[in-house]
Amino acid sequence: MKAIETNQLTKYYGKARGIANVNLSVEQGDFFGFIGPNGAGKSTTIRTLLGLISPTSGSAAVLGKNILQNRIEILSQVGYLPSEAVFYNGMFVRDILSYSAKLHKTDCRKEAQKLCERLELDTSRRVEELSLGNRKKVGIVCALQHKPKLYILDEPTSGLDPLMQREFYELLTERNREGATVFLSSHILSEIGRYCKHAAIIRDGEILVSDSVEKLGHTGVKRVTLQGTEQIPKMSCIKNSSDSTHNSGRQADINKTSSPDRIVADKIKNVTAENGSVSFLYSGSPKELLSYLSGVSFEDFTVTDPDLDEVFMHYYSKEES
Amino acid sequence: MTIFFHELKRSRISLLIWSCAIAFMLGVCVLIYPEMKTQMGDISAMFANMGSFSAAFGMDKINFGSFIGFFGVECGNVLGLGGALFASIVGISALAKEEKEHTAEFLLTHPVSRERVLTEKLLAVFAQIIILNLVSVLVTVISIFAVGESADTKTMLLLFLAYFIMQIEIAAVTFGISAFLKGNGLGIGLGFAILLYFLNIISNLTEAAKILKYITPFGYTDGADIISSSSIEVKYLAVGISFAVLGILVAFLKYRKKDIG
Repeated sequence: MKAIETNQLTKYYGKARGIANVNLSVEQGDFFGFIGPNGAGKSTTIRTLLGLISPTSGSAAVLGKNILQNRIEILSQVGYLPSEAVFYNGMFVRDILSYSAKLHKTDCRKEAQKLCERLELDTSRRVEELSLGNRKKVGIVCALQHKPKLYILDEPTSGLDPLMQREFYELLTERNREGATVFLSSHILSEIGRYCKHAAIIRDGEILVSDSVEKLGHTGVKRVTLQGTEQIPKMSCIKNSSDSTHNSGRQADINKTSSPDRIVADKIKNVTAENGSVSFLYSGSPKELLSYLSGVSFEDFTVTDPDLDEVFMHYYSKEES
Repeated sequence: MTIFFHELKRSRISLLIWSCAIAFMLGVCVLIYPEMKTQMGDISAMFANMGSFSAAFGMDKINFGSFIGFFGVECGNVLGLGGALFASIVGISALAKEEKEHTAEFLLTHPVSRERVLTEKLLAVFAQIIILNLVSVLVTVISIFAVGESADTKTMLLLFLAYFIMQIEIAAVTFGISAFLKGNGLGIGLGFAILLYFLNIISNLTEAAKILKYITPFGYTDGADIISSSSIEVKYLAVGISFAVLGILVAFLKYRKKDIG
């Protein structure tokens, strides 16, 4: 049973596109990041999963249950944090928390108290007096206090100060270690890179890629910049295939049977040449790279890890270029 | 019944203010009656002979000089219009307010069915109307005893019952409307109630517009008609109750599948 599984999930608001043919698969126990800029369809996907809006076509299951037929059962095991936490004006924080608990038919005052202490949330305040960050904390406690199996968090850290963000992620990591699944959307890539195991990138309502964060960003892939040349030899060999992001273990075997140069070139992608330098993403062993570079003339070079931003920008600039 | 009690708690202050205001006005009307009565002899005849103005408020059909006649007209304006406005406000805000203030997302991401939300909210609306009417009846009865007047119990009960049903109808219809709204429907609700009130006045003025009495619930709450016939006009009442049922049905049909934005 998957924590979340969508099949060609599509939502149109009239003629306006919300999401189109979204296929997501989130394993139980995963810490899953859902990346995309504003308006890409992150919230639409989440709101569809929660039954706030009904899909135009396609289907989805949360914790093995169909979102249309088993909404109540799903919601009883989900903790949801909306991107903009809004509560009933005039109510005290503690009343909001207890209303939420009652709607979940649970008594979780102890858990609520623990969470409020850790997040430094004053429950004797009225919600409309709270700052954005403190209102967010109320939402966090509401999402966490009943100890759900699945956390669906829509841009959870917006409005939280860095210390609180860290505390919040610590809470999530604890819950994740206890077996809960975390699914969070964000456009802040560093936090996805730091905490998530898997991630999917959404753009214009469509999923561009869904893979482990390591594969998306770090496995053997280096950002290599050569100064003093704008020319990449054997351009014909450079392919933009997804193959090049795969880890090098499997490809090492192939090395023995084919020409090294050819393999190295296959592991190069995302090439940009400007201002007298060439920059590309490289996946493979450093040794191969060096032997490949020995045939090229350049003045200086740097090798760095690409971060998720780079992967993200890569996916986002693909269609524009 | 978590949502039901939550709703009542949220609206307790507005309910208190409306109940006090309407009950106070009713009480005052009753309390000034002895004073009015001493000067009433001529006025009553005058009121009954002001042509279409009298007809508009039904004063041509009843004796404005008698307590029940006086009460029927006064009550009609205070409890009728006041109650209608209150009912339309609570009816229209029950669903629309949550969406306008974006709390619908909070509520509907909890494990409660849309049907349950609707049922409990509707019950909370009805409960508020019941409370408002109970307070009104209580204050009226106390005031009547205080001034030492007597009134036909059956007629009085019919009057209050008619107003109560009218409020339920208006609340149910505005509840149905509010299922379609994304934002605040307060203007729509109030406008709707006032429109219905004026439809009745028009229908009193000309025979040709009599058909409007089927549309407006003020058709069956007309104090003059109830007092003169000692009954509520069933044909108008039946249409009114059908509207109420329709409003609730529409609310359920629409809100079950509604996209919460």
